[in-house]
Amino acid sequence: MKRQQQPQRILRPANPFFIAFSLLGALAFNLLPWPDLRLVPDLLALTLTFWCIHQPRKVGVGIAWVLGLAMDAANGALIGQHALAYACLAFGAHVIHRRVLLFGVWPQAVHVFVLLLLSQLIMLAVRLIAGGTFPGWLTLVGIGISALLWPFITDLLLAPQRAPDDIDETRPI
Amino acid sequence: MEYQPPQFFKRGPAPLARLTFFGLLSVLLMVLDARFQYAEPLRHALTLAIYPLQQVATAPVIAFNKVSDFFSSQARLQRENAELRAQQLLTAQSLQVLESLEQENERLRRLLDARSTIPSQTVFAEIVYAGRDPFSRKVIIDRGSQHGIELGQPVVDDQGVLGQVTRVLPLLAEVTLVTDKNLSVPVQVLRNGLRGIAYGSGDGHTMELRYMPANADVQVGDQLVTSGLDGVYPRGVPVATVTHVERDATMSFAKIRLRPAAGTNQHRQVLVVQHREDIPRLAETEAQPEDDRARGAKRARSRGRGR
Repeated sequence: MKRQQQPQRILRPANPFFIAFSLLGALAFNLLPWPDLRLVPDLLALTLTFWCIHQPRKVGVGIAWVLGLAMDAANGALIGQHALAYACLAFGAHVIHRRVLLFGVWPQAVHVFVLLLLSQLIMLAVRLIAGGTFPGWLTLVGIGISALLWPFITDLLLAPQRAPDDIDETRPI
Repeated sequence: MEYQPPQFFKRGPAPLARLTFFGLLSVLLMVLDARFQYAEPLRHALTLAIYPLQQVATAPVIAFNKVSDFFSSQARLQRENAELRAQQLLTAQSLQVLESLEQENERLRRLLDARSTIPSQTVFAEIVYAGRDPFSRKVIIDRGSQHGIELGQPVVDDQGVLGQVTRVLPLLAEVTLVTDKNLSVPVQVLRNGLRGIAYGSGDGHTMELRYMPANADVQVGDQLVTSGLDGVYPRGVPVATVTHVERDATMSFAKIRLRPAAGTNQHRQVLVVQHREDIPRLAETEAQPEDDRARGAKRARSRGRGR
């Protein structure tokens, strides 16, 4: 497999307020009145995965769990269903966070797809045990769209950390 | 025992330990919520906490709707006006018939010394958003216990029964749609007064009429209305239309599929019906036989009404 050829850019430290803002924004996106929910990507899960991979010391299992609880309350789902799925998602992202950043963005998207699929399977198992019905294969499409959004989310959320390209002529090195 | 190098940076508990802790906590919460309904206070607190965020999220959508209403073209308004006029003519005629029938009904009821039906109060509500949970069919409306919404009240739109209030929060309420697997509505075939119970099928757009004998007189195209026997739904509200009847000799029940009359996926404005009918409880009925007789008479009435 071809390794990423572009030079790695040195990033500025992430702003905790920006992290909080992006997570709350993703939560607000999920709360929008959607006509068919199965096709809409779960932006909160995606943003959470992003921060768990890029800033594992700032965002982890605990924050994911709390946001999952908020999703449960907002959707009238079983309390703890999204919380468990998001906590497992955050843990999975933490396990692969060192390795996955060596790949380019599209292989990263494949990893993210597998993570989101696993969290969705956990949610499915919980609901089937609690006596729900199978929601259909359309949910897979939603996960696929989420994974396709990964490169754009990466660009968007890393933008504040990228230093401007001002070349200082007077600097010796 | 695995050797661990000393830590340079304080990181708190290991991620696996955290996952175990939070996983167990969520399993505990799920069991409490599903089996014992102890998690309701937590749910109320969480819903109140994210209420401002919800308002912020839905504000652009509402603003867009308002703006597009404002700029709706004159041609569309004229067309809509003409359609409404035509519809009004049709309904005015049937309204006159209905009024005379209502008066006659009232007279007959007084003759029978039956209690007259109480006209129900309604509360206008708007759907804020649909629940994101793909396993159930629920919508959230913007009226809650502050506006007089109570648990179990039926919700209708302009075409029929939409669902039932299943959870009441201070400023919002959750409505389970008739297409949800866990909701059932007592119905009656309008053509012949046959009673049955319609269940949601869980796939989002159909319902089923279960436990009808294989030789039951149900045909494709039959209208189903609420029977009002449960005391929850007002009597005679359209629920669904029969779209498919399958009679299999090996099965003891017919397989009947229905299409809900209400637009379960498209509407934004709904009415919550504050309908209360005092149905005697089973234990009281056993104690007081005259109540039983009254209920039997009512059942006979509602059976006779469809014919």
